[in-house]
Amino acid sequence: MNGSLHLWLIPLLPFAGFVINGTLGRRLPKALVTTIALLAPLGSFLVVLGESFGVSSASFPVTETLPFPWISAGKLRIDFSFVFDQLTLIMLLVITGVGLLIHIYSAGYMEHEEGYWRYFAYLNLFLFFMTVLVLAGNALLMFVGWEGVGLASYLLIGFWFQKTSAADAGKKAFIVNRIGDFGFLIGLFFLLANFGTLTFSELSTKLAANPAWTGGVLTAIALCLLVGATGKSAQLPLYVWLPDAMEGPTPVSALIHAATMVTAGIYMIARTHFLFDRSPFALSVVAIVGAATALFAATIGLVQTDIKRVLAYSTVSQLGYMFLGCGVAAYSAAIFHLMTHAFFKALLFLAAGSVIHALGGEQDLRKMGGLRKKLPVTFWTMTMAVFAIAGFFPFAGFFSKDAILYAAFTQGGLGTVVWFVGLVTALLTSFYMFRLWYLAFFGESRSADIHPHESPWSMLGPLVILAVLSVCGGWIGAGRFGAFLAPAVGTKTAEAASGNLELILSVLAVGVAALGWLIADRLYRRSPKSPARLAAAVPAAYNVLVHKYYVDEIYNFFIVKPLLLLSKFVLEWVVDVAILGGAAWLLGGIATLGGAILQRWQSGNLRSYAAWLALGAAALLLFVLLPWTSLLAGIGIHVGMVTH
Amino acid sequence: MNSEFVQMLQQDVPLSWYLMLSAVLFSLGIVGFLIKRNLITVFMSIELMLNAVNLSFVTFAHQWHAVKGQIFVFFVMMVAAAEAAVGLAIIIAVFRARATLAVDRIDLMKL
Repeated sequence: MNGSLHLWLIPLLPFAGFVINGTLGRRLPKALVTTIALLAPLGSFLVVLGESFGVSSASFPVTETLPFPWISAGKLRIDFSFVFDQLTLIMLLVITGVGLLIHIYSAGYMEHEEGYWRYFAYLNLFLFFMTVLVLAGNALLMFVGWEGVGLASYLLIGFWFQKTSAADAGKKAFIVNRIGDFGFLIGLFFLLANFGTLTFSELSTKLAANPAWTGGVLTAIALCLLVGATGKSAQLPLYVWLPDAMEGPTPVSALIHAATMVTAGIYMIARTHFLFDRSPFALSVVAIVGAATALFAATIGLVQTDIKRVLAYSTVSQLGYMFLGCGVAAYSAAIFHLMTHAFFKALLFLAAGSVIHALGGEQDLRKMGGLRKKLPVTFWTMTMAVFAIAGFFPFAGFFSKDAILYAAFTQGGLGTVVWFVGLVTALLTSFYMFRLWYLAFFGESRSADIHPHESPWSMLGPLVILAVLSVCGGWIGAGRFGAFLAPAVGTKTAEAASGNLELILSVLAVGVAALGWLIADRLYRRSPKSPARLAAAVPAAYNVLVHKYYVDEIYNFFIVKPLLLLSKFVLEWVVDVAILGGAAWLLGGIATLGGAILQRWQSGNLRSYAAWLALGAAALLLFVLLPWTSLLAGIGIHVGMVTH
Repeated sequence: MNSEFVQMLQQDVPLSWYLMLSAVLFSLGIVGFLIKRNLITVFMSIELMLNAVNLSFVTFAHQWHAVKGQIFVFFVMMVAAAEAAVGLAIIIAVFRARATLAVDRIDLMKL
């Protein structure tokens, strides 16, 4: 409490791990690489834990700033500052806690991989940037972390860069994110132009001092920030990179593309909630984007056959839920869902990874089946996660999902619409999760030549811990969670709930989840032939879903192809080859020609040099002795008498 | 006698004569430097130019009763001596290597 909190330790430890493993890892023994890689998140986690117990939340927010400015230009002054408040605390606990578990898991999962050290170096680098992102006291430092996690994500998606699809997926993630980042950056410029500062606390104070400011520029800023958030958090229309990101190692999908990095957009909106609160229009857009994404991705998830892709679309859908929560100004509910989602989605991915590991790399659900007996620990932990994400009482997902739906419903108007969309999504979510569950673990094995084996304990340990969190993570309750977060994200969450309405809505949500389970049970356990018949009955709808609404094809045709053509014909041939190349060629030609002429001067003959020397001396003498002033005064008259 | 001679020089030989002699010597040095092919002759031409300058130094020193110019002459002579030592050594080395002292054939540095 007194003195420094040493916040800088939290990002610095993973950074040290990155530097050591990144530079020396190739030569270090594997055990040492693992130790270093695991100590980094462990240290950060312990620091965060120590601070969460050692600091009374009354003293929040705690700011730690470097004593000299980071950027100083004219009136602009940006400090290198970390801020620690309730929101940061929750995020850091999730990031370092889940991050630690996934590091442990990775040690088992990646054991036989080439480039083991490289993997852990990247993973530590990711933790470094992610903690910078959430600790940042101003939007610019946040942007640094924002870009950094994008870099780490790119590196890890393309970890198996020998595989073309993985390398392409990495590029796709990076480029799509750049589009979002562009929006973010424009938003920052707007902020600077209108407020002259990027520090969150100053912005919030300025807005609080002027309650009349609403809409207008604030809407523009909020929408720009939203574009950034849709890129990082894989929302419509920029979600396309996340399903492809599944090319990366499974623990990476769990950490970066489910639990932490993709939630940065939600964190950013919660952090700048004071802007969004002043712009009802921007909030509505957030809610609509979130609801649309939730439903859209859930429908795609219904028919995917790759176990990781199902989870990826599920992640997009759940992120849409969080946006939906932000859009109805229920920031604490959104963060609550972020936290529980981090637990159960990380668990789902890790369990899926355990299944894939057991089957020797098989990811196709159609070739699984009957794994319940062979992978008991994986099965039971995955079951916890499935129940949690489906939203059954008393699992974690129930509480957070319920809080968002409740907040949406009580808002009325648009809120009711998004509530209904959320409810339908909950049905779909429950269905596709139980579909996955049945396909993978029940029935008979659908491929004969696979002999599954349970994963080592370094992988099962994290599964068990996450399973416990997936069950208990929501028990704190949305009300208490919201009250804890209130100083950081505002008190707009309606906690004074009328008991009956909340109960009815909860029962409705659980009922919908049960319905989804029931349908999945009918289709995939009782009569395994029926899904194929169903697909055959409505081929058009089925094809659209299997092809993910042809979004990739549409983007490819309308955006990627024209851009590539433009790049090739205009930018490459006209600008690069003709204009720039021509200019370079011209300048080079002039220099060569000049050189060829002046070369003759350097004859190598001593006497010619001497002659030039003498001539030069004579010219100099002439220059000094000529009466220039009088010459200039009357050129024609004095020329005759210059040489004495 | 000696001082009378000096006086006579002062009276009878004006300053401009000395300077003209100096200029003529210097010009001869330049011409020799430019037109002679033999490296040793070129070298001697340089010495000639140096001494032409020395002459004008002494002349002015005498004219203005200042000793600085004469001191400068000593410096020039010293440098010239050192230069002669180095220069002659180079000439010997060049001759040993190329068996010629014609300046227009010593052009190995040419592009």
